[in-house]
Amino acid sequence: MNRRPVFLITMLCFGFAFFYIPIISMMVYSFNGSRLATVWGGFSTKWYISLLSNRQVLKAVILSLEIAVLSATVATILGTMAGIAMARFKRFRGRTLFSGLVTAPLVMPEVITGIASLMLFILMAEYIGWPATRGFTTVTLAHITFSMVFVTTIVHSRLVQADEAIEEAAMDLGSRPWQVMKDITLPVISPAILSGWLLAFTISLDDVVITNFTTGPGTTTLPILIWSKVKLGVTPDINALATITVVIVGIGVFTAGWLLNRAEKRRELDIQLAYQANQ
Amino acid sequence: MSLSSRSASLRKWFNRRGWIKITIATPYIWLALFFLLPFVIVMAMSFATRTPTAPPFSFGGDYPVMNTDHYARLFSDDLYIRAYLNSIGNATFATLMCLLIGYPMALGLTRVSRSWRNVLLMLVILPFWTSFLLRVYAWMGLMGTNSWFNKLLTGAYNWIVPSDMALRYIPMMNTGFAVVLVTVYSYLPFMILPLYANLEKLDISLNEAAMDLGSKPFQVFRDVTLPLSVPGIIAGSLLVFIPASGELIIPSLVGSSSRPMIGRVISDEFASARDWPMASAVAVALLLLLVVPLMIYTYYDGKAHEKAQKEAT
Repeated sequence: MNRRPVFLITMLCFGFAFFYIPIISMMVYSFNGSRLATVWGGFSTKWYISLLSNRQVLKAVILSLEIAVLSATVATILGTMAGIAMARFKRFRGRTLFSGLVTAPLVMPEVITGIASLMLFILMAEYIGWPATRGFTTVTLAHITFSMVFVTTIVHSRLVQADEAIEEAAMDLGSRPWQVMKDITLPVISPAILSGWLLAFTISLDDVVITNFTTGPGTTTLPILIWSKVKLGVTPDINALATITVVIVGIGVFTAGWLLNRAEKRRELDIQLAYQANQ
Repeated sequence: MSLSSRSASLRKWFNRRGWIKITIATPYIWLALFFLLPFVIVMAMSFATRTPTAPPFSFGGDYPVMNTDHYARLFSDDLYIRAYLNSIGNATFATLMCLLIGYPMALGLTRVSRSWRNVLLMLVILPFWTSFLLRVYAWMGLMGTNSWFNKLLTGAYNWIVPSDMALRYIPMMNTGFAVVLVTVYSYLPFMILPLYANLEKLDISLNEAAMDLGSKPFQVFRDVTLPLSVPGIIAGSLLVFIPASGELIIPSLVGSSSRPMIGRVISDEFASARDWPMASAVAVALLLLLVVPLMIYTYYDGKAHEKAQKEAT
């Protein structure tokens, strides 16, 4: 179509304004000198200073990162195994239940997963004595469980697209099944495993509801800390915290996008050069 | 001797079938223990009786083994019915709004140049990577009675209406409107991304053929693009509707306590009232409400796969 789709471009502009006006407004107000969060009182960086000297916040950030790294790593291992099982092992006992188990957490309302996990942990403490108290262990276990299925989805869709013929050829040439897995399948899905880890990491870092149910006294992750503050209303130091988050995430996403874009361009160039050399 | 032969046979088992069994069994056992078992507990709990002990429930003994009172209360106490209706109403409205805003945006994304498209897609995903809680919080700042946004809207409103209807500010916080607005804001990327993935795959030459045969742009959209994008519409709508109907954070922060939503009711029954059986019964009922759209989705998804396979052969 050569005519410009004016309506669609207008909707795009409107949509992006809708996405970014609240975020930009929040960033501007993080430099607000006034104690009242919504009334402008001159430029100031005092909320950043009070935020960075707040031990409670720093402790929560470190705890959140610890839980996110640990749970994302275990979730990636378990989720990759489940993805391989779903894509490559077409028949095994209980496969229907298994495929239900790896999709249900994706659509489960978090409140229900939260109370279900909490009841499990309370009953476990009551009847087997482990985990004795709720805190780091229970939060990490819950995060692994609901983030592993996201890894499974990514790995599974990558494996379905990948050419199974290479694996079959290796089998015909005498490789053992797990050698095929190690030398061919895993390298093929390694980008999917990496993005799965990143997704599991962010999901864990961002979770409020399930953490709120499964955590105990003394284990305050960053989202739980923010949650307990914003329930009381808008406070300027949360504006500063949000601004820092958006800037870090923005730099990360744009760097990743730029690197991917460059790699794609280079590959296209290589293909072109190879093509020209052949002629 | 026996140890080395055992390790040799273990290795043999691993090489043949063992690693397959381990690959299946490890995630299976994990999910059965930490996902399936909790839901069995919820199901069972919904038939228990609340007691003043710790943990606060009981089966049998002085109490009935199967207590169905909680399910009866779901229908007799109008709190639950109102909460379900509110949740479904808000989620439906938010899903429709997401579709109205997200569809033209997704279609627009397929019509801009490749380099612009990459940047814009990144801008769609970026809010999704920042904290959910902070995105809700951003609106709390905008909707407050003293905020520039509220003053702007109040000014516009007072300019339109006659002066005796003028308002000092527009009450936005703690209303159903706020819940829908923030839900749309938070879940819009979930609508745009599957729609974009679907629309991007459509063959543009179909549109050109229709144009050449004399169709107007709107007719092309109505007769070609829209029918072909139904799978994307369904996927996006379910990704918005299901989490939106069980939402807890948004109604807790910007919603009105006189218009309860089901996520909050479950949480309050559980944490404040310490009524585990009632919270479980409400949760089971919510699950039953959500299973229906899920079945529709799997049905359409399965049909789409079948169709794709048929076309491939």
